[in-house]
Amino acid sequence: MFYREAGQFKTSYEADGQIFPIRQDRIALAVLLALALALVPALASPYMLSAILIPFLIFSLAALGLNILTGYAGQLSLGTAAFMAVGAFGAFNFVAHVPGMPILLAFVLGGVSAALVGIAFGLPSLRIRGFYLAASTLATQFFVVWCLTKIPYLTNYSASGVITAQKIVILGYAFDTPERKYLLVLAVVAVMALLAKNLVRSNVGRSWMAVRDMDMAAEVIGIRLMRTKLLAFAVSSFYCGVAGALYAFAYLGTVEPEAYSLDLSFRILFMVIIGGVGSVLGSFLGAFFIVLLPVILNVLAHGLALPTSVASNLELMVFGALIIFFLIAEPHGLARLWQIGKEKLRLWPFPH
Amino acid sequence: MNINFFFEVLIGGLLSGVMYALVAIGFVLIYKASGVFNFAQGAMVFFAALTCVGIVDKFGVSLWVAVPLTIVVMIVLGLLIERLVLRPLVNQPEITLFMATIGLAFFIEGLAQLIWGSQVHRLELPIEDVPLQLLMDRFNILVSQFDLAAAAICALLVTALALLFAKTKVGRALRAVADDHQAALAVGIPLQRIWAVLWAVAGLVALVTGMLWGARNGVQFALTFVALKALPVLILGGFTSMPGAVVGGLLIGASEKLAEVYIGPYVGGGIEGWFPYVLALLFLLVRPEGLFGEKIIRRI
Amino acid sequence: MKMNEPEASFSAATGRQTGPVILDLKNISLSFGGVKALTEISFDVRQHEIRAIIGPNGAGKSSMLNVINGVYRPQQGEIVYRGQTRRNMDCYAAAKSGIARTFQNIALFKGMTVLDNIMTGRNLKMKSNFLMQALYWGPARREEIAHRVKCEEIIDFLEIQAIRKTPVGRLPYGLQKRVELGRALAAEPEILLLDEPMAGMNVEEKQDMCRFILDVNDQFGTTIVLIEHDMGVVMDISDRVVVLDYGKKIGDGTPDEVRRNQDVINAYLGHNCE
Repeated sequence: MFYREAGQFKTSYEADGQIFPIRQDRIALAVLLALALALVPALASPYMLSAILIPFLIFSLAALGLNILTGYAGQLSLGTAAFMAVGAFGAFNFVAHVPGMPILLAFVLGGVSAALVGIAFGLPSLRIRGFYLAASTLATQFFVVWCLTKIPYLTNYSASGVITAQKIVILGYAFDTPERKYLLVLAVVAVMALLAKNLVRSNVGRSWMAVRDMDMAAEVIGIRLMRTKLLAFAVSSFYCGVAGALYAFAYLGTVEPEAYSLDLSFRILFMVIIGGVGSVLGSFLGAFFIVLLPVILNVLAHGLALPTSVASNLELMVFGALIIFFLIAEPHGLARLWQIGKEKLRLWPFPH
Repeated sequence: MNINFFFEVLIGGLLSGVMYALVAIGFVLIYKASGVFNFAQGAMVFFAALTCVGIVDKFGVSLWVAVPLTIVVMIVLGLLIERLVLRPLVNQPEITLFMATIGLAFFIEGLAQLIWGSQVHRLELPIEDVPLQLLMDRFNILVSQFDLAAAAICALLVTALALLFAKTKVGRALRAVADDHQAALAVGIPLQRIWAVLWAVAGLVALVTGMLWGARNGVQFALTFVALKALPVLILGGFTSMPGAVVGGLLIGASEKLAEVYIGPYVGGGIEGWFPYVLALLFLLVRPEGLFGEKIIRRI
Repeated sequence: MKMNEPEASFSAATGRQTGPVILDLKNISLSFGGVKALTEISFDVRQHEIRAIIGPNGAGKSSMLNVINGVYRPQQGEIVYRGQTRRNMDCYAAAKSGIARTFQNIALFKGMTVLDNIMTGRNLKMKSNFLMQALYWGPARREEIAHRVKCEEIIDFLEIQAIRKTPVGRLPYGLQKRVELGRALAAEPEILLLDEPMAGMNVEEKQDMCRFILDVNDQFGTTIVLIEHDMGVVMDISDRVVVLDYGKKIGDGTPDEVRRNQDVINAYLGHNCE
């Protein structure tokens, strides 16, 4: 009744190609952004900001990166956390070794370093496919993180191996409170999400999906496999690198290799699977779900007076069960459920 | 360089490779017979070992009682997996099934620790972890009796399984199912029953593996990460060959230990964590289907 | 080119105006391991003509097309295309120099919509780099819209407007074949290789497909090389026919000449017929 496209005619291809073609969606997005920018920092508690919203945004960005590689380009990767680590260490080192380096540029350069590593470790994808490729991305995960622990120059010769991330100061304005960090992360993630959405709807995005769906046919119509796959690795790793830098600077406060373990790679993969493979919105939905779930389980465990070990084991079980459930019931994840919901909403109050 | 020391490291590596091979055999078994790459194999090994030890600890019975009970539990687990996870996903692309087994791995790990607790359990087996006197005396090489026994058990298992696949009716049915589910159904192979047999056997292999690993290192969560090492083993040996799994395991075990001992000190150690994976990666670049695997031909 | 070769000529079979030879295959031999798929096949294709390749199953027809557009590399022989002689064709080079094709078993990108599939056909004509596309600004935006216009023309031509936003995986077989034709047309090819474009279609769908093929040849002047089993279609629309059997060429000429060729009759109907 309220969610109607009736009367909204598109009279140009440009209008037809908008990201949000339905007026109600645009209004909803504007409201959401207003809430996110104005209301949330004012009303949310520091805990809510630091422990839920900031990691949610950061993981959404990483999930977006992985979605580009696995969801759009079809290259399954278990090495996401390694690229995040490169981004974090890269940003740290650029700030530490280049005097006067603006921190945003350091994040970008961290992302670029991750992209370069991504291209290097993406080269095998030209020969290897499917879960052989997934198994070889494990090499990336373990080797890269090991390198970061063993090269003292990268940790600025720190004795303990734990480095404190530098403070975020842009043009003299310090981003040290949860509210400010949240706004910064929100801005970065929003911009990068927009860029990603443009990319996946353009020629590059179509080439990725073509390679994912049938790479022999893609080759025949003139798509260069090497360039397309390596670009996917590069862009994906860039996103993961920036996410990793934000993870260290705006969330953890330290730059440590242990934070970028295989476990993190799996968590991000789960976000992509549950949220929706091949969907920008899905990356956000999946991240939200996975960030919120342990919190909910903890609250439940507290409420039922269960020991914390039970809660953490339950978390593993629930994750696992949810993955299986989504793969059986809705392989396209929450994003598809959202789409179905919108379609039902179009018809409401009629059943069909 | 002490040649004796080299042999010790080599043999030690080969024997730890035997352990990897055992996990890999479980993978190959399931892949060969259902086309499913069971990422949860490591979790199943963990679950089997933990259940066995848990039964011994909680109910105070001997291993001779616990083992058969655990086998029953593993069969039930296998049947549940087949019913709840595999059957709904029949005919989905391989990658979907693979991701489902990742979810399954997490689920089983959580379940195992929920039931039996997360602390490390000790597992006592009748074989002792002492050096074999004979080799010690004649060649001055330190080789544990336990490791040799494990190698023997592994060889036995591989032979038995190879015979199962090649010579028996059940084995033939398993191979048919692996190739094409629908075709197998069409010729009347009772898919569900075959898979039940399959997962029962896989459970048994997991139990043997779990017990040997557990006796070595104690039954603990880290076991599941060790199982990840089976992936490079499979890449080297091919996903469908049991002899390949053994050869791959030996290669990985030996090379990993040798690299750690001889290259490790120059680069700060910790090579074991990634060496097998990088080796497998380099190998895949040369031979994308592994040493013994089947060549994949794609038609357009 | 041969000495007395006229620049343009009339096709005896259909009265179509055909041009000079643009594709010449000389002594192509292809084998896979021990299996000989093609043995010393030679034939040429004139500009603007409709050339059919026919033969019993397993004769090597699809392999022939695969050699032309670079999916397979022949062990022996030469491909002369647009004046350039090559030992084998490369997929990318083939696509770039104007060869497009459809496949027997439909090679569409099942995860994308009809419009997106057809847009992929234009990928070689898109020049903006990925940064511009990420910003969707200026030249990238204009280019995307310009190519969309072109694709919509093809969609109109193939009468598939109603399904342009449908994911291809959900379409019936006949419509998928049409979309695949659309993707090939989007590249504005010189030569269109069609591998059994009418397989599995009913009479109406076949008529539609024939109409589209003839219109493509008529309106855009595209040369067409076509593998087809329906003899009625072949005899009606093609200018010249090549007949293959067990990887060897057993007939080459106008449809009438081929129809009366005893070797061709034997290949299709067996050796006891007269």
